[in-house]
This record gives sequence, C-alpha cells and structure tokens, in this order.
Amino acid sequence: MASTFAHIMSGRKAMVALAGLSAGTLATSYLMRDSSSTAALEKMKLYPPSADFPDLRKHNNCMASALTPAIYTKLRDKLTPNGWSLDECIQTGVDNPGHPFIKTVGMVAGDEESYEVFADLFDPVIKDRHNGYDPRHMKHPTDLDSSKITSGLFDDRYVLSSRVRTGRSIRGLSLPPACSRAERREVEHVVVQALSGLKDDLAGRYYSLSEMTEKEQQSLIDDHFLFDKPVSPLLTCAGMARDWPDARGIWHNNEKTFLIWVNEEDHTRVISMEKGGNMKRVFERFCRGLKEVERLIQERGWEFMWNERLGYILTCPSNLGTGLRAGVHVRLPLLSKDPRFSKILNNLRLQKRGTGGVDTAAVGDIYDISNNDRLGKSEVELVQLVIDGVNYLIDCEKKLEKGQEIKVPPPIAQFKK
Amino acid sequence: MKNCHNDYKMKFSTDEEYPDLTKHNNHMAKALTREIYDKLRSKSTPSGFTLDDVIQTGVDNPGHPFIMTVGCVAGDEESYEVFKDLLDPVISDRHGGYKPTDKHRTDLNYENLKGGDDLDPNYVMSSRVRTGRSIKGFTLPPHNSRGERRAIEKLSIEALTSLEGEFKGKYYPLKDMTDQEQEQLIADHFLFDKPVSPLLLAAGMARDWPDARGIWHNDEKTFLVWVNEEDHLRVISMQKGGNMKEVFRRFCVGLQKIEEIFKKHNHGFMWNEHIGFVLTCPSNLGTGLRGGVHVKLPKLSTHPKFEEILTRLRLQKRGTGGVDTASVGGVFDISNADRLGSSEVEQVQLVVDGVKLMIEMEKKLEKGGNIDDMIPAQK
Repeated sequence: MASTFAHIMSGRKAMVALAGLSAGTLATSYLMRDSSSTAALEKMKLYPPSADFPDLRKHNNCMASALTPAIYTKLRDKLTPNGWSLDECIQTGVDNPGHPFIKTVGMVAGDEESYEVFADLFDPVIKDRHNGYDPRHMKHPTDLDSSKITSGLFDDRYVLSSRVRTGRSIRGLSLPPACSRAERREVEHVVVQALSGLKDDLAGRYYSLSEMTEKEQQSLIDDHFLFDKPVSPLLTCAGMARDWPDARGIWHNNEKTFLIWVNEEDHTRVISMEKGGNMKRVFERFCRGLKEVERLIQERGWEFMWNERLGYILTCPSNLGTGLRAGVHVRLPLLSKDPRFSKILNNLRLQKRGTGGVDTAAVGDIYDISNNDRLGKSEVELVQLVIDGVNYLIDCEKKLEKGQEIKVPPPIAQFKK
Repeated sequence: MKNCHNDYKMKFSTDEEYPDLTKHNNHMAKALTREIYDKLRSKSTPSGFTLDDVIQTGVDNPGHPFIMTVGCVAGDEESYEVFKDLLDPVISDRHGGYKPTDKHRTDLNYENLKGGDDLDPNYVMSSRVRTGRSIKGFTLPPHNSRGERRAIEKLSIEALTSLEGEFKGKYYPLKDMTDQEQEQLIADHFLFDKPVSPLLLAAGMARDWPDARGIWHNDEKTFLVWVNEEDHLRVISMQKGGNMKEVFRRFCVGLQKIEEIFKKHNHGFMWNEHIGFVLTCPSNLGTGLRGGVHVKLPKLSTHPKFEEILTRLRLQKRGTGGVDTASVGGVFDISNADRLGSSEVEQVQLVVDGVKLMIEMEKKLEKGGNIDDMIPAQK
C-alpha cells in the first residue's frame, strides 16, 4: 500500500518528488506568468481574473455551486508542476451547465497535484458531492481485506449478476484530461506489463483498441466488454478523448471474470464480475487482483496515486476514496412498483440504475442496484453495505410475494465521527 | 508567454510523443514528419499555443478516404509564422501549390466586378457572399480565453451598432436571446448553434458556449455578422434572386466600414501580404471568401461532365444546407473553390461568369440540345 510520498521513481525521467502531498502540506505550484515576460504581464493587466470569470448563472453542477470570484481570483494564475491550470479543471463544468434534476460534478483533475493546488475549489466540491466529507479534517479508510465480508451469497432466483468496479491511477503520470500521448502510452505500457504477470485464474490477455482484429472486436462486443470513444460531452469537454484510440485497450482474464480498461476515463478501470449472486467471490477476486497488480507495478518502481485525505486519486472527484461501485442486477418486480422503493434505497445508501448502466432505464423489472457512496467508507464497508442492502431488498420482495408487510429501514449513518 | 505544460512534455522523446497517423487522411497528416515534429514541438507562440494544439483536431479526426480535411488550426496570428514548417506545406497542398514566397492580392473594390446583376432569377434563387475576419491583438477561437472573447464581442458590438443607413441593425447575444428572437432568427436562417462537428470541437472552438457569442444583422436582413463562432467574425451579405453585383457591393462597403471602426481602436483586421486575411482554419486564408448562389440545375447536374465543368470553372457544389449536405430538388449551392492566391473580385467574377454559363447550358439541355461545344477551358 502506498505509504510515504517522498517517492522518487528510480530510472524515470519524470517529475520531482511529490513530497509535499502529505496531509496538511500544499504541493508546490508555480505562478504562471514568469515576471520577466512582458507579454504575460500585459495580458495580466488587460485581463484580470474578473474578466475571465465564467458565467455560471444557468449552471447546476457542484463546481458552479462552489466557485466564487474570490476563489477564481486566487487560483486562476496558478499551475500544477505539470502545467495544468484551474481553467482546464473547470472547462467541462463551464461547457455543460447540467440538468435541473441531476447535479453533475463539473470539474476534473489533470494530475494528482490538482487536488492540492486547487484545493480551495476541490474541497468544497468534494464536500458537496460526498455528503459532507471534509478533506481538510477527515481521513479516508482503505480496506481491501475481503475475508471480513459476511453473507455475500445472494439468492440466484433474484440476483442475476454481481459486479465490483473501481479505478486506479499510476503515480507520476498525468490523468486523462491532461496527459500527453507519451504519458498515455507509458500508462498502457506499465499496466500491460504488470497484467502479463498475472497467473492462474487471473491469467489473461490485452487487446489494444488500435490493433484489435474485427473478430476480436466482435467477441468483446458480444461479451459486453468493449468500450468505445466517449460521446458524453461531460467527458469530451474535459479532453479525455484526445488522440483516440491511441494507447487505449482492454485486458481480461481467460475466464472473463476480471477485466481492466486502460486509458478510458481513468488510467485504469478494474472490474470483477460474474453471473449469479456470489458477491463474496467477486469481491475476493477484486481485492486479490488489485493487490497482485499493485505488487507487480511496485516491482518496477511504480505505485498507485493514493493519500490518506482522499484515498485513491481518480480523474473525477466523484470517484475519490474507494472509487468503488459494487452492484447487482436484481429482479424486483413487486418492490420496484412499491411507492416506498426510492425511500428504502435512499436509507440503505443505495442507488438504482437501468441495466445499461448510468443514465439508462430498467428493463423488465431488473435493476442495477449499487452503493451511493465512494469516499469516507472503506471498500469492505461499502461492499458489506451493498450485500446487507440487497439482502434486505430481496427479503422485501419475498414478503410482498406472500402479501406480507414490509418496513422502510432506518437511514444508515454517513460517517463515523 | 511560457507554456509550462509544453516544457513538461519535453521530458519525453519525439518518438514517444509522435502521433499515430497511419490511418489518417488529412492535410496535416500528409505534411507532418518526425523531423518537423522534432523541430517544432519545443516552440510556442507568444500567447502559448503549441504544435500539439495546432494538430490536435487532425489527430482526433482521421478523416475520410474521399474528403480531405485540413487537420490543423491556428491559435493566433503568430501560429502561421512559428509553425511555418508544417503550415506552409499544408497551405500549399490545400491551395493549389501556393508557395511560401507567393503574394496574395486583396481587392475589395466592388466596381471592378463586371456584370453580376443579371443572373436569371428563374434559375438563381439566392445570392450570398461570406468571409471571415480576425481582430488583431486577440488570439483565435481555438485558444482565446473568456476575457478575450468578451473583449472581441464588446468591440464588435460597438463597431456594428454604430453603422447607419442600409447597415443599421441590431445585435442578439446568444445567451440573452428571448424565445421570440430565437424563433425569428431560426425562421430567417440566421441563427448559428453550438458546433457539433468533431472537427471544430476537437479544436476547442466551442468552449464556454454560448458566452460572448452572438448574431448581428441589419434591419433589412441582407447583411449579417456572426461573432465568435469559428472565427472572430463571419460576415455575410445575401439576398433572394440573382443580383450578385449588389450583394458584393454591400459586402465590400460593409466590410470597409466595420474595418475603419476597429482600426480606430487599434484593433484592425489580421492581414499580411503573403496569406491575406488570417483566419482560424488554413482553408480560409487569403480572401476567406465564399461567394455563391442557390441555382436550379436539374439537367446539368445529372450530366456526366458536370463535375468536370465545375472544376474547369474553379467552382464547387454543395447541397442547399451548406457544407456536407445533399442537394434538394436539383437546387445546388455553387461557389468559388479558391480562397488564396486570387482576389475577392476575381473569385466573385468566376462565380458570376461560371453560373451564367451553367444556366445557358441548362437552358440548352432543356431544349434537348448538346452542350459539348460549350464546355469551357480550364480557368
């Protein structure tokens, strides 16, 4: 597990230590304008921060709720050590005003240091998105010990499939909104090399998007594994689709139960899944696979981006902490029609989606049920929460089948104080 | 201004950064080599625009086997200098062999146009001339900040709302438009919307939409200016029928009036004697002018020699929806193919003369005649 942050990668040409990233210390940031440059000074005079402040009056996203002229003035001229700016972080939120009912995040990180250099904006956004989690004063627990899970085997008559996903970023390389082609290729190289070291039930193969044959492509589509160039303006405005499909690919094990997306919305997205209701086994494989991959990259001097304030660092602030979404496809024909369904889910800290994933509708009473939270609770806690919650839902469904009464459960506490 | 992000990228070798263009078909992909990339990748214009910024749209949009897009954009006036080693061959390829030493002629004297007031209105439904202008001292749409874009809008509003007589009109900012105004502008076919073409989006031109974008038009609805769409200004003169001479007169007079006002504020138009008017896309350099008509040519357009005739006349066809649309009911949008290396007057003259000839051909075909002896030599 990532420990201290004064890690200098041996043999790498890359950056200087991220020593400043431990809690309470701000990473170094550069003042963008070199004071000896007249063109730069002139531009600063002509365009003070107030001239560039975005018009967010019609916007409904976390960034727009948090950004003030004072914060913008303070941060506009700062850059991360890799040269990433505030304007670049918020561009996606400026370009996508959002929806009155759905509050999107509206900003992304370009690198690990973004969360430090632009903390004055990221912190309130994180607090808003993650139910009051305060990165300045709280610590995020990481726990990938799957042996702690109880009752992780669902009734197969209701649960059709189980899945756990997360993301991981490679420390020292910029994130998808900001990375150059060389960095993206380096991410691919590091990850693919590590994955080739996986053995037994985890042994598998990599399929590069730009070199895949038509046959391979069709097979990946049939398995529902293939991801395509992002079309969502939330992602394209953040620059994540640049140079597509260069250095993008999919790796999966031979058994098709462990899958990794390379260089899509994050450096890696890691997915463990199988048909049926054995969530315990899915999570066990998830944890084992992640730990193996981490060991393999560490052998070569790399590590994952992580710190104790924010947990695992990913592109979108909504995925900080565990970055974990654990869920099932479950049949709930009676419960889903009950007017108390949404409240029950809410109190259990679960969310529903259609079976096509985010922003899709349910088909044939089958719902995708997963955890709401990502940050402030550990992986074990969140998966247990999903297991207990889904078991409760199935229990309700069975009661309704028998004509019995069901109860709305008390709400689960947000954070341990 | 230093581009720190670019300096950081220099830690990687050229080979590590070089884009994969093996499946690409655009002018940038044809012209770019490792040597050129190696030479230019460390450079940036004074405002911080880099080679990777120039080519991003061409990397992201491999193109089409039949349609050759440009695949690169300028972020400011200086881009055409700093990245000459790439942009000169692109310009040459796109503009018929135009050399780095060639000089471009500008002629906005509408009196030099011969004829053009007598195109048969039974065939020509409408006439239109458009161009673009960039305002000196500001960076271009792929690169400009919100502050700059707003300053451009402010200057443009000042210039346009001071116009009088046939040019008296009103500005409609995109973000404050009422529903009623919006519907009227749509009905007039004036309203432009947020770009959806990945060619434009990948070049960053839709950022912050609709901030500081708007439409100005005169009361008579014959002179229209788009502010901050694909270029700082797009200027359009149009009217129903075939009086191209009048359309061009209004075009030239209006442009010159607007330019005077910008010059008074020390923000004249970007222009130089090598590439003429400087615009975002290299395809629009020179005059940036597309002069054309919507014309009914149902018989001629199905004649086997139609394409050849157009080529010889230095004209191009489009559908009546504009670029990348199909024709409807035998009506085509016919306009000049050239932008750089000939003047405004020369290009509009080609349209006027060419369309006149094509209408005569259409009439002959209507009577069942043969047009072989009417086919022109290459202009």
